[in-house]
Amino acid sequence: MLGQLNYWAALPEIVILAAASLILLIDLFVPEDRKYVTYWLTQLTLLVATCVTLTTLRATTIHGYNGMVVDDMLADFLRISCFIAVSLMLFYSRSYMAARGLLRGDVLVLTLFSLLGMQVMITGSNFLTLYLGLELMSLSLYALVAAQRDHPRGAEASMKYFVLSALASGMLLYGLSMLYGTTGSLDLDTVARAVFGHHESPLLMTFGLVFVVSGLAFKLALVPYHMWVPDVFDGAPTSVTLLIATAPDIAAFAMTLRILSGAMQGAAFDWQGMLIVLCVLSMVLGNLIAIAQVNIKRMLAYSTIANMGYMALGFLTANRYGFSAALFYIIAYVLTSLASWGIVLLLSRQGFEADRLDDFKGLNARSPWWAFMMLLVMFSLAGLPPTLGFYAKFVVIEAAINDGFVWLAVIAVVMSLIGAFYYLRVVKLMYFDAPVDTAPITVRGDTAVTLSVNGLLLLILGVLPQQLIGLCAIVLTQSNFP
Amino acid sequence: MSTPYLSLAIWVPIVAGIVVLFFSRERDANFARWLALIGAVAGFLVTIPLYLYFDTTTPAMQFVEYADWIPRFDIHYHLGVDGISVLFVILNSFVTVLVVWAGWEVIQVRVAQYMAAFLIMSGLMNAVFSALDGILFYLVFEAMLIPMYLIIGVWGGPNRVYAALKFFLYTIFGSLLMLVALIYLYSVSETFEILAWYKVPLALSTQILLWVAFFLAFAVKVPMWPIHTWLPDAHVEAPTGGSVVLAAITLKIGAYGFVRFILPILPDASRYLSGFVIALSLIAIVYIGFVAIVQADMKKLVAYSSISHMGFVTLGFFMFSVLGIEGGLAQMLSHGFVSAAMFLCIGVMYDRVHSRQITDYGGVVNTMPKFAAFMMLFAMANAGLPGTSGFVGEFLVILAAVKVNFWIGFGAAVSLILGAAYTLWMYKRVIFGEVANENVAKMKDIGSREFWLLGIIALAVLFMGVWPKPFIDVMHTSVTELLTVVGRSKL
Repeated sequence: MLGQLNYWAALPEIVILAAASLILLIDLFVPEDRKYVTYWLTQLTLLVATCVTLTTLRATTIHGYNGMVVDDMLADFLRISCFIAVSLMLFYSRSYMAARGLLRGDVLVLTLFSLLGMQVMITGSNFLTLYLGLELMSLSLYALVAAQRDHPRGAEASMKYFVLSALASGMLLYGLSMLYGTTGSLDLDTVARAVFGHHESPLLMTFGLVFVVSGLAFKLALVPYHMWVPDVFDGAPTSVTLLIATAPDIAAFAMTLRILSGAMQGAAFDWQGMLIVLCVLSMVLGNLIAIAQVNIKRMLAYSTIANMGYMALGFLTANRYGFSAALFYIIAYVLTSLASWGIVLLLSRQGFEADRLDDFKGLNARSPWWAFMMLLVMFSLAGLPPTLGFYAKFVVIEAAINDGFVWLAVIAVVMSLIGAFYYLRVVKLMYFDAPVDTAPITVRGDTAVTLSVNGLLLLILGVLPQQLIGLCAIVLTQSNFP
Repeated sequence: MSTPYLSLAIWVPIVAGIVVLFFSRERDANFARWLALIGAVAGFLVTIPLYLYFDTTTPAMQFVEYADWIPRFDIHYHLGVDGISVLFVILNSFVTVLVVWAGWEVIQVRVAQYMAAFLIMSGLMNAVFSALDGILFYLVFEAMLIPMYLIIGVWGGPNRVYAALKFFLYTIFGSLLMLVALIYLYSVSETFEILAWYKVPLALSTQILLWVAFFLAFAVKVPMWPIHTWLPDAHVEAPTGGSVVLAAITLKIGAYGFVRFILPILPDASRYLSGFVIALSLIAIVYIGFVAIVQADMKKLVAYSSISHMGFVTLGFFMFSVLGIEGGLAQMLSHGFVSAAMFLCIGVMYDRVHSRQITDYGGVVNTMPKFAAFMMLFAMANAGLPGTSGFVGEFLVILAAVKVNFWIGFGAAVSLILGAAYTLWMYKRVIFGEVANENVAKMKDIGSREFWLLGIIALAVLFMGVWPKPFIDVMHTSVTELLTVVGRSKL
């Protein structure tokens, strides 16, 4: 097991890395007006990587590279989710990127490198691997946020992201070093055994855990480590916002799960308390501040914060039941979030960003179909049946009640009532108000198809969620989470 | 396997709604109207066997359908009706036909969306009445808000946005706490079967907490004083069809929740807190009755009268007697007909004059004699005149109340006077007297569509008033069974 190289454990990563390097070279020879070649090569890469992951799918857990990475069901499931998320992001933002000169080789390659970083976060089984994945993802994202070179707001957002993120990485690394100090290892499994060996957590370990949780909370956008989210979401080009708001959440979830449950399950009591605070603050502040927003990008940013709070609600139960609820929540959230940003991208065109809430006025009169899709997205975010968002909220609340946190469940539902207010406002703008902007909505065929499928999935999975709920439970069982 | 009538009652309107939405163009509104009418009539026809094949001798659930849905949480697609719910499925499907028909000429913008919203709403409400799984119930209970929100907000009056939002937030506030209660019951009993929850033992303190959660959900829907304030706004701003569905069916869902969830699942808490509910019901009956008298807007007046009438329902339920519960259920049915008819009547006048203010009318009988005759009947039924359906329920409830305590019965009986006062005074000011102004002088009497629309309801009102036995018979066995369940302590 350990001490073996097992190249195959990281095959999808190898594919992405090789393809990213190849595309970087090929792009040099692609003329400026044929950049769609690079675009389709990127999509092809994602397809191949998905197929490779599917063909190497096994129920058993395999360690590779002397225990630096782990290839289990969870890793495969989350990798594929990330591939799909990034692929959809490319579909949705194709026109947007082309209109803003972002359909460039460097942007696409950076996207692939950030994806590679996420994959490493998903598969890492060593503190250092996880940290390296996090940095690879983050560094690519900083650059992507500033991809529109002549946009001062993008540069500002990128700078903010970089400084705050560096601080968070520092905290994480500091915390990990303390954990290393108390347990004597960087390997997750070894750490887990060492932690279980302690009857009560040594002070140094608890202290380190505080820093680790803080660093992770930054990546998960939990209050009070959420300050970067609205600014970065707002300042970045919407296509990049779409990327930041979706796949990295999955990776951050995986990394949190690997560190907190995989390594620190023995100290669950300690991090549970910390997560309760973060969870309540995120649900309360995220939902309350979102009410005041007039910019849809900022509103969705606060909605992300609130949604991560709900995810934490499932996570903090610290058992497999709750983890699978949180996993289901994150997948449901990413799917909903993809569609929400997709529609924002759909309404933007050359020189027009569609980032104010008022830009949604009268959408039903302009295009009943996309208004309906946005309606589904909003009701899903608000957690109303019969959409996927309802079951997402249902499973986490159920997990919390099952573990005895009835008061947390009550806070969660009261906050989702407040959330319903601002999501409904978007529906009100689309259906009850007259359009201000009457420009026809032009959509590429592939965008229309993928976005419609994504939107309808929110409804279909909302009526028949069993498969996805079951899958999330199986994945965690097979991956030996407690 | 027998024909799944309940699934048909749910899915025929929903599928019809989706078909209307997808296959009709804005230009070709008539196509959408006919398609919707066919869907609504088909939806009504499939519910008729529910009455014909209904076995009144057993309290068990009938027409049961059971399928796995989400095994992970033991959630099932479990449908069934007993004597309490079966009539509401039929009433709802019947009202849907009326509503589609009533919107025929009135609605001119986004016809397809309007019709589709009502059809989908109808299917969801049938599901509410036939759901036997807690989560299935919750799912449709909430999903129902979406079409109603759009109906009020898109086709409503000038202040529609405020009314739609208020409606939505009030209702969802109550129901979210119910979700916590449902999940709590699941964590105690390991099942979402509503009928299984009837047998789960619960401590009184737990019961009271659960009771509050359920009570908030259903009391907002009923609506009970003091959380009724969304209803007048929603009614005034909603289009006629929306008001009809709200008053005739949506309010009944709240009351239905009391007999399906609160009484049998939490019997001890219900008895413990019955004084509280009786007090709220009496306040609704008397105080809201006075509020109704002074209304200047006809729709608001009928909305307040609905709250007052629904007070009778909750009062009857918490008498814990066969008479009381049957009276409450009969009142629900009757109110379904009468309030629908009242809102349709106001709609008829509104279409002609575009005002709902009582002062804008006067002497309508001179220009619309046929209409005035119909409205007379419905006004009498609203006031609870013997011989109309309105009398049956109120009489039974008052009878039950007197048996428990004379003064409760007395308080409830006062409302018969109040009901007569506000309804007939409004009727007098609107219909009788000299022709008030040019607008009224120009009013044309009702056409054949409106005539039949009101005529059918008039027949139902009279039939139920003169011979309520077929309705009461259906309920009787189930109500008796319900009372034995409620009588068993869970402590």
